[in-house]
Amino acid sequence: MAKGEAHVTLQGVTRVYPGVAGQQPVHALGPLDLELVKGEFFSVVGPSGCGKSTLLDVLAGLASVTDGAIRFEGVPIHGRVPDGIGVVFQEDASFPWLTVEDNIAFGLRQNSVEAGEVRRRVDHALSLMGLKDFIRAYPAQLSGGMRQRVCIARTLVLEPRLILLDEPFGSLDQQTRLLMGDELLRLWRETESTVLLITHALDEAAMLADRIGVMSARPGRFLEIVETGWPQDRDSRIVARPEFGRITGRLWSHLRVESLKALGQDRPPL
Amino acid sequence: MVTRSRDIAVLIVVILLIWQGLYQFTGTGLLTAPLDTFARVLRLLGTPNFWPHLHESASAFLRALAIAVGAGLTVGMALGAHRLSGEVAEPILVALYSIPKVTLYPVVLLFFGIGMPAKVVFGAIHGVVPIAIFAMNAVRNLNPIYLKTAQILKLGPWATARKVLLPATLPEIFTGLRVGFSLTLVGTLLGEMFGSQRGLGHLLMAAIGLYRMDTIMAITLLLVIFAITINSILLVVDYRLHRRV
Amino acid sequence: MSRAGWIRVSVVVAAVAAVELLCQGGIITRFTMIPPSEMVVALAGILTSGRLTPAIVRTLRIVGIALAASILVGFVLGALLHALPRVRRTVDPLFATYYAIPIYAFYPLFIVLFGLGDVPIIIIGFLLAVVAMIVSTLNGFDRIPRALLKTARIYRMGRVRTALQVMMPCAAPYIFTGVKLAIAYSFIGVIGAEFIMSGSGMGYEIAFAYNNFDNKVMYPLIMLVLVLVTIINMFLHFWEMILFERRRRG
Repeated sequence: MAKGEAHVTLQGVTRVYPGVAGQQPVHALGPLDLELVKGEFFSVVGPSGCGKSTLLDVLAGLASVTDGAIRFEGVPIHGRVPDGIGVVFQEDASFPWLTVEDNIAFGLRQNSVEAGEVRRRVDHALSLMGLKDFIRAYPAQLSGGMRQRVCIARTLVLEPRLILLDEPFGSLDQQTRLLMGDELLRLWRETESTVLLITHALDEAAMLADRIGVMSARPGRFLEIVETGWPQDRDSRIVARPEFGRITGRLWSHLRVESLKALGQDRPPL
Repeated sequence: MVTRSRDIAVLIVVILLIWQGLYQFTGTGLLTAPLDTFARVLRLLGTPNFWPHLHESASAFLRALAIAVGAGLTVGMALGAHRLSGEVAEPILVALYSIPKVTLYPVVLLFFGIGMPAKVVFGAIHGVVPIAIFAMNAVRNLNPIYLKTAQILKLGPWATARKVLLPATLPEIFTGLRVGFSLTLVGTLLGEMFGSQRGLGHLLMAAIGLYRMDTIMAITLLLVIFAITINSILLVVDYRLHRRV
Repeated sequence: MSRAGWIRVSVVVAAVAAVELLCQGGIITRFTMIPPSEMVVALAGILTSGRLTPAIVRTLRIVGIALAASILVGFVLGALLHALPRVRRTVDPLFATYYAIPIYAFYPLFIVLFGLGDVPIIIIGFLLAVVAMIVSTLNGFDRIPRALLKTARIYRMGRVRTALQVMMPCAAPYIFTGVKLAIAYSFIGVIGAEFIMSGSGMGYEIAFAYNNFDNKVMYPLIMLVLVLVTIINMFLHFWEMILFERRRRG
């Protein structure tokens, strides 16, 4: 599959949570239509509770769609995790009983990859993520940022063609987030994989992505898809550019209205 | 709450069915059936000879509980307020909590002689430790920001204790009281089952010699119903207190 | 050792010394208590003579049986209940009030049913320990972060692999706590039952010595039980710290 082709397609994707014990069903998401191009960096922003994480769950095959269809590399995903997808969760998902090294090698060993190859890929991921000095450390001995690096490294070693990230830097401070963003861009260029990043931080979306999908309050739909037009070899210094301010401003003009809706104040005070 | 009540009802019915099943399985004469046992409880309660024993157990238990609560709260709060003392005492309290305290009963008997005082002391020994541990942790883990807020609001010491310290520590302290209640009951009863001439524990042991299965099952049922009823009430209060925090 | 640790040792030593002085000074009579120093000497004598070795072995054996059964049954029931939330909701009120029930009250019932042998004692030890194990197992499985279970699905691990490689290691510290509690409870149950009424075992020997005013046997035995159980509990506590140290943040 060549760069520039459709890699993931969503058609009328809808997710409704059935009402439990006499409660109303919750329409969480959609209908959504989207086409992710092979090798692009796509960000999703939206107000709290708009179904961003539900979108990630159905894309990863962790939850099935109520209606519509998702195709990854032409094959439908319907509630089953397909081959070639990596996910980094918002919560710390490192295994506390394994060392950094064993955490990173975990997925490879699950797939019975031969030991020499495991060694090679883990070493590469360790140096890529700056974890070389912590091989024998346990996650509890690391900071939150370092633990999230372990999770990213653990995903990368499997060489996924589509990487889904759900607020991966949500618990980190602002400076660390910007630097982690730089590293994410570097990894994206190196692996040439398609990346979908879910975030609530407008600046993060504006700085990292080729395109940004702005979601409405629940049920989440795309209000607009903003093209950033950033060059391939960008880094966090683009926050100083005037376009950056324009893009962030545009995102906020949408999200201010949607966030107020989500808070239950449909008529914003002027 | 409705589903909860239904669950409890289902549970009780299932337990009664198992009991009835065991009764039928073992054949008559060995166990008594649930209905007969309830009837026997009522008959026991109507027997004049039974009341002195019940009174003996109840007064031993209440006295033990009063000592356990008084001593447990005093010691626990003091240990919670003074950090080093708490650090020194905590492992000792935990060790006391997990030893077979029954081995201390002969010592208590030798110091106090057979009778009411020994039962009371032995019951209190069981209850005092959990009450002290929970009270200590409640005071120790008090969020210091509450005290700072009280200072900023210029509350006096009395107002701080009543309006801030008490409500902040009450949920944990209450959990300790709930556990302490149960263990005091266990301790008092255990005290009556050995070397005692009166009380429900004594009646239970005496019934073994007389091979009175109906009496044994009736007294056991009575004790279990009492323990579960009180504990359920305490659990509801406990849950309400914790939900607010 | 920390400052608090030294103070703790000093407090314990001072308390024992105070009891020693009270006994030696005759304020506590020999009919009430023998001095701790004599307890130690007498205990050494009892242990070397081997007179009470059968009782000690028997108690440890019964505790072992009750413990093994409660750990096994408790873990299996805990895992089953975790997999069956509907059943679990129904039996949950029982667990919440279980330790409020004076389990010893069932002992006479078991004696009449099973005779005055090992069985009723084993049942009491088992009943006291098993629910702690069930509750700890449930607690351990409840606390597995959802992100870790999702991760297992992303790696497309099957149910067995997920259970063995993610759920078990994740729940291990809580399950260990269950084992620790089960050990303490089975000792409490077994020795208590032996003390109330039985024909042998350490609890019985203490009761027997009490009834014969034989303080020279009773006090050393009480000391043996308390010291033995405390050492086991402390050992488990430190083992737990070492085992799960790397899981703690700090």
